[in-house]
Amino acid sequence: MNWMDICALDEINPLGSRIVASSKGDIAIFRTADDQVFALRDRCPHKGGPLSQGLVHGKQVTCPLHSWQISLENGEALAPDEGCAHKYPAKVENGRVLLCLEKQRDCACH
Amino acid sequence: MKKLKLVMVGNGMAGVRTLEELLKIAPDLYDITVFGAEPHPNYNRILLSPVLAGEQTFEEIILNDLDWYAKHDIDLRLGRKVVQIDRRNRRVVADDGSSAEYDRLLLATGSLPFILPIPGKDLQGVIGYRDIADTLAMMDAAKQYKHAVVIGGGLLGLEAANGLKLRGMDVSVVHIGDWLLERQLDRTAGALLQQSLEQRGLNFLLPKHTAELLDNGDGRVCAVKFKDGEVIPADLVVMAAGIRPNSELAEQAGIACNRGILVNDTLQTYDPRIYAIGECASHRGIAYGLVAPLFEQAKVCANHLAQLGFARYQGSVTSTKLKVTGIDLFSAGEFMGGEGTETITLSDPIGGVYKKLVLKDDVLVGACLYGDTADGGWYFRQIREQANVAAIRDHLMFGESTTGDVGHQGQSSAANMPDSMEVCGCNGVCKGTIVKAIQENGLFSVDEIKKHTKAGSSCGSCVGLVEQILISTVGGAADVKPKSEKAICGCSELTHGQVRKAIRDHHLTSLSDAMTFMDWQTPNGCATCRPALNYYLISTWPGEAKDDPQSRLINERAHANIQKDGTYSVVPRMWGGVTNPSELRRIADVADKYHVPMVKVTGGQRIDLLGIKKEDLPGVWKDLDMPSGHAYGKSIRTVKTCVGSEFCRFGTQNSTQLGIDLEHDLFNMWSPHKVKLAVSGCPRNCAEAGIKDIGIIGVDSGWELYIGGNGGIKTEVAEFFVKLKSAEEVREYSAAFLQLYREEAFYLERTVHYMQRVGMEHIKKAVLEDEVNRKALAERLRYALSLEQDPWQERIHSPALKKEFERIPVTQLETA
Repeated sequence: MNWMDICALDEINPLGSRIVASSKGDIAIFRTADDQVFALRDRCPHKGGPLSQGLVHGKQVTCPLHSWQISLENGEALAPDEGCAHKYPAKVENGRVLLCLEKQRDCACH
Repeated sequence: MKKLKLVMVGNGMAGVRTLEELLKIAPDLYDITVFGAEPHPNYNRILLSPVLAGEQTFEEIILNDLDWYAKHDIDLRLGRKVVQIDRRNRRVVADDGSSAEYDRLLLATGSLPFILPIPGKDLQGVIGYRDIADTLAMMDAAKQYKHAVVIGGGLLGLEAANGLKLRGMDVSVVHIGDWLLERQLDRTAGALLQQSLEQRGLNFLLPKHTAELLDNGDGRVCAVKFKDGEVIPADLVVMAAGIRPNSELAEQAGIACNRGILVNDTLQTYDPRIYAIGECASHRGIAYGLVAPLFEQAKVCANHLAQLGFARYQGSVTSTKLKVTGIDLFSAGEFMGGEGTETITLSDPIGGVYKKLVLKDDVLVGACLYGDTADGGWYFRQIREQANVAAIRDHLMFGESTTGDVGHQGQSSAANMPDSMEVCGCNGVCKGTIVKAIQENGLFSVDEIKKHTKAGSSCGSCVGLVEQILISTVGGAADVKPKSEKAICGCSELTHGQVRKAIRDHHLTSLSDAMTFMDWQTPNGCATCRPALNYYLISTWPGEAKDDPQSRLINERAHANIQKDGTYSVVPRMWGGVTNPSELRRIADVADKYHVPMVKVTGGQRIDLLGIKKEDLPGVWKDLDMPSGHAYGKSIRTVKTCVGSEFCRFGTQNSTQLGIDLEHDLFNMWSPHKVKLAVSGCPRNCAEAGIKDIGIIGVDSGWELYIGGNGGIKTEVAEFFVKLKSAEEVREYSAAFLQLYREEAFYLERTVHYMQRVGMEHIKKAVLEDEVNRKALAERLRYALSLEQDPWQERIHSPALKKEFERIPVTQLETA
């Protein structure tokens, strides 16, 4: 896997997110309360809302436009809604946030 | 730890709902075994009538399919009736000899039809009406036979009669009472119902006592004979003369029963390991037969089974909302009236409408509605909340139009709407879609409907209609509670009122403390509860509780309004709607510099710059050099003004100056919902003060204050509050009222809804009658606002806060 260094973990607020302007479009990186990071394409499967602007709780984010609940773990909308925001691999190592722009197998889009 | 063993006897709605509630709060506590006498999984018994009438199939009314049981590792034993409880060895034995051991036993055996003890009751063709087998037997009989007699003019009897008629039989209903549905309707409404059912082809015999059922010679019923000697033909007799709790099994095991299995407030029987719930249980002398109370019991029972033990069941006020062949009926509380009560009646026999309201000491205690039941839910709430209705008595009869003014073609009654008509104008959801979702997914609450269909989930103006559709689809099973009784969200059992009180009483000043103290069921809440908790904390403990930006929705976090394409709009503050050439020049320069796609004048007398990229926001604010307009917040928005006495030839007071002063007084005020004010300089009221949270109208001798107006989803005219002499007084009284609202209202409750909940009297007492309290309220608001700063200025200057607006650029990406 081709990991890229994005920023220090401290540069993302707990229960917050940042936008990475990548070659594959905007990617939202989220930080949970227990300091895990997750990356999704910054577009809600519903109407394209920027998920990076949503409210993070548990391992979910609520879309700021129409309150769809998206799982950070697999990018999928929670029932009864259906759809998937593309998930990218992300992790924290030595206090740095790392992102990989390759396709992730456990993402429901694939 | 080894799991405890929970055995449930009975597989109906109340029992399975208890398991669902239990699995939600303690998914791993028990190994669960369920015995069901019927060979089916849990189905919606209330919808047997539509199955009989041919409107739905059996598959459509299944609530929990077999996969559900499998998914939760429930050992489901269908077609097996439990015949013995061995309490000493904690074991139940079924009719096929199989058995199961228990640590906790839940009896949910439901009820049995009451079969009249008359000769011929055991003949073929004589049945009760309780389950799917009875329903199938009736459908079968309708194919072969002509004459049906239904004994019992209650709800079940009328539904059976209606269904059999639709399947082509000649149906007579025999009833012992003087009128139909005498437990749900008064005599007048009962007679109206009989009349219209007769027009639909049903025959009624009442009051009439059945003496005997006659044999056709082959062991099948052929006629019904009455005590007065009359005989009518009958190939099918449906006994719908009532139900009795099925407590036989418990009685045999020595558990105390008296018209039901006796249970305490935690639904435990005489043997504390054994619980009973639903129609088989008798709580404080009442065995409930409606679904809503049974679901309340289920919640409490599950709470106790989960070893939490803080919930109590204390009985339910019930309402009946029913539909017989398309006729809407509703009754609740003490609708018959009686000593010490007064009644208000509206009767229109030609139009087919009859309404009766029963009052006792200015409190609504009962309601009986026939033909038009749109306001049933509202009356029911008044009865439950025991609200004083003296002030609205003169128009109580006309109900409350609970729906908004716009977005659904002016409809306020769901019953009259065709399936194809749009209910939710925001999300384009038709009535038929909602009905289908309710039936297919087994929905019982408006929140569930919102999730599944999106109807009512945006602006909320159609929620009243959605609630009506829910009630007319599932009847008494509908879970319709006012916000004051509802849990704040799925993360907690507590209501908004309880949460506010806990934060105040226990001096909770942080989100994590509050969630820990109140046993929040999710690690960090959700998008519904976190903004509410954050508001309650900062409004209760200003200066002590720290605002948590991550618990605010995006508009309040970015201090701008997010648009559909992810850009933002910026509305700088113009005090009292007054601006000047220099501000206008700066706005024009910003619009040029940032290529703002649209510049628009708002309804609040200021200017909106739309389509700004998030990363440009701090720069825009800096270049504008104007304060935040808070157009994005649950906060003070604007004070709209007219020109007033300085220029206007009709003006009596300087409304512009008072508006500017008020807007300065309230700058940076967070509140439960948005707050808008208006000041007009004369009664011509050009500032439209009648539809504002506080509307102020200048008259020659001073100022009139109106509160609780609203110009949005549902137009609400503000109510007169007080007349004052000076502008200083207006500022003090306005601050005091708004602080009271800030301290007492629930999150997302507008002033009008807060007023409706607590009553104008309460507000007058706190603000008008008690000078010390008024000054203290105004002072508390002043103190809270003294700690706030203009959020735009803060974000221009603080690098930490600026981070929110910066993107991590692509050039920074390097291979690690």
